[in-house]
Amino acid sequence: MSAITELALQAAPAGPARGYWATVGRRVVRDKVSIACAVILLAIFLSALLAPWLGLADPYHGSMIRRLKPIGTTNYPLGTDELGRDMLARLIYGGRLSLLIGILPVILAFMIGTSLGLIAGYVGGKVNTAIMRTIDVFYAFPSVLLAIAISGALGAGITNSIVSLTVVFMPQITRVAESVTTGVRNMDFVEAARASGADAFTIMRVHMLGNVLGPIFVYATGLISVSMILAAGLSFLGLGTKPPEPEWGLMLNTLRTAIYVNPWVAALPGAMIFAVSICFNLLSDGMRSAMDIRN
Amino acid sequence: MSNLVEVNNLNIRFTGERTVHAVNNLSLTLGEGEVLGLLGESGSGKSVTLRALMRLLPKKRTQISGTVRVLGRDVLALDDDALSAFRGQTVSMIFQEPALALDPVYTIGRQIAETVMRHEGKSQHDATARALEMLEVVRIPSAKRRLDAYPHEMSGGMRQRAMIALALACKPKILLADEPTTALDATVQIQILLLLRELQREFGMSVIFVTHDIGVAIEICDRVAVMYAGQIIEQGSLREIVRTPLHPYAKGLLASTVHGAKRGARLETIPGTPPSLDQAPSACSFAPRCAFAQPRCTAALPPDVQVGPNRSARCILVDPATAGA
Repeated sequence: MSAITELALQAAPAGPARGYWATVGRRVVRDKVSIACAVILLAIFLSALLAPWLGLADPYHGSMIRRLKPIGTTNYPLGTDELGRDMLARLIYGGRLSLLIGILPVILAFMIGTSLGLIAGYVGGKVNTAIMRTIDVFYAFPSVLLAIAISGALGAGITNSIVSLTVVFMPQITRVAESVTTGVRNMDFVEAARASGADAFTIMRVHMLGNVLGPIFVYATGLISVSMILAAGLSFLGLGTKPPEPEWGLMLNTLRTAIYVNPWVAALPGAMIFAVSICFNLLSDGMRSAMDIRN
Repeated sequence: MSNLVEVNNLNIRFTGERTVHAVNNLSLTLGEGEVLGLLGESGSGKSVTLRALMRLLPKKRTQISGTVRVLGRDVLALDDDALSAFRGQTVSMIFQEPALALDPVYTIGRQIAETVMRHEGKSQHDATARALEMLEVVRIPSAKRRLDAYPHEMSGGMRQRAMIALALACKPKILLADEPTTALDATVQIQILLLLRELQREFGMSVIFVTHDIGVAIEICDRVAVMYAGQIIEQGSLREIVRTPLHPYAKGLLASTVHGAKRGARLETIPGTPPSLDQAPSACSFAPRCAFAQPRCTAALPPDVQVGPNRSARCILVDPATAGA
């Protein structure tokens, strides 16, 4: 080897090698808005998860003489609802169901939609046409209408709301996955992988999935807020959870009549839905910009 | 010297909205331990030929006829499993733009290890050890740390070294290089060429090296085939092609280099542009641009005149008796 080469090699900088996700993580942490949202979400999640151990009042136990107490009443920091049940306890317990039917459909839709989009985008041709045109049929309906129609057809219940919301979000995620995959498919490294002997399945699993997961993940996080609101809407219409189960959408509905008597308490479940949605949205935005390292 | 690669009468057509006759009647051989340069301008079919050797061209839109034999096996008849084993293990390829040919979301070490695991069924641990060994072979400094580096954290030359490490990880018999130095600047270019030459000797590989840069070809090749409009119009040893080119196109190509040009004098160029490849050639493709063209050039396809052992040119002006001196 020539002297030139040796010299050049010694001069080559050997910067610290840091992983892609580690870098993304660092950049998210540096963003104050993202961190604030993450902290709020974490607090809501943990309180919902640990609700039985927080020493709260029984969310099902009502009292006719203590109905619709205002915020700040002794023993009832957030007042009571139309049946005299403790609002604080009901809001925290309500998070369990609300978050479940808000997030689970997006996770399910993420898994199904990513697989379908990946196959459609990578295989292309007739397979693509078959999958994407079927998806287009779902697009013909407004998502709220579709969710109500499916829930209505399947009957009320938590499982059925989850199924209907999954069906609503699956087409959107499939479409994003398909377009990202189509972009990645023509990249040189896919041909390089093929040239090194990778079969179609390996290329999809390793190279496609690795490259499309980020953008789809960001998109799906943004969908969680929509899902929360749709889930609450279904419950509000009586298609989701049944009374006396605490659930934010359902609570909004039952407190509706009290809005002139005690508007602040009646608005509390809505405030929770709002807080969770906006936090997910802002966090999703923060991640999107943090993942934009390569450019 | 036995032939590792034998291509006979290869024709490649791309069908679709319009048909492109990308490669026409191409025959070439590659001996053991030999470096063959495919030289030609863009669109002359060099890269297409290279991809055909690995059957990387899209199946639906490509028609291939002729025979491609690698180590005595008919590549065009391999089934999917055999093809997977063949690519990467028998023949592997390095690409023009290493920034695009490496997957941006995996570390270099992981990408090399993945290939080794698939082809040789090694454990993750052994495969990573091989990856480290390969990075050292291609002389990447602080190789251990570079294992965990992502492609975007490396410089262009370093990435091309990593690409070479990836291609050689399973010790292929034949390496196909598709303009591997074009995207690099001149000083890095020569380093990569020297490295390739050295590795070729060390591993005893045969290499087909595609380039449009005659200076690069001089640096690395034993034998050169000059391509024009999907055909090999002249081939011979590097020395013969550079000293005594026979085909007018090869002569023009050599005259067009900057090396040895006088300051202030205009560089020599070949007038005109290459023909469109909508139709299979029925006459000499170069005739419209050729200064020595005669009526019989456009009358029929010129024969491939054998001028000596491994030396031929596709031109009517070449006389087997007088040429080759």
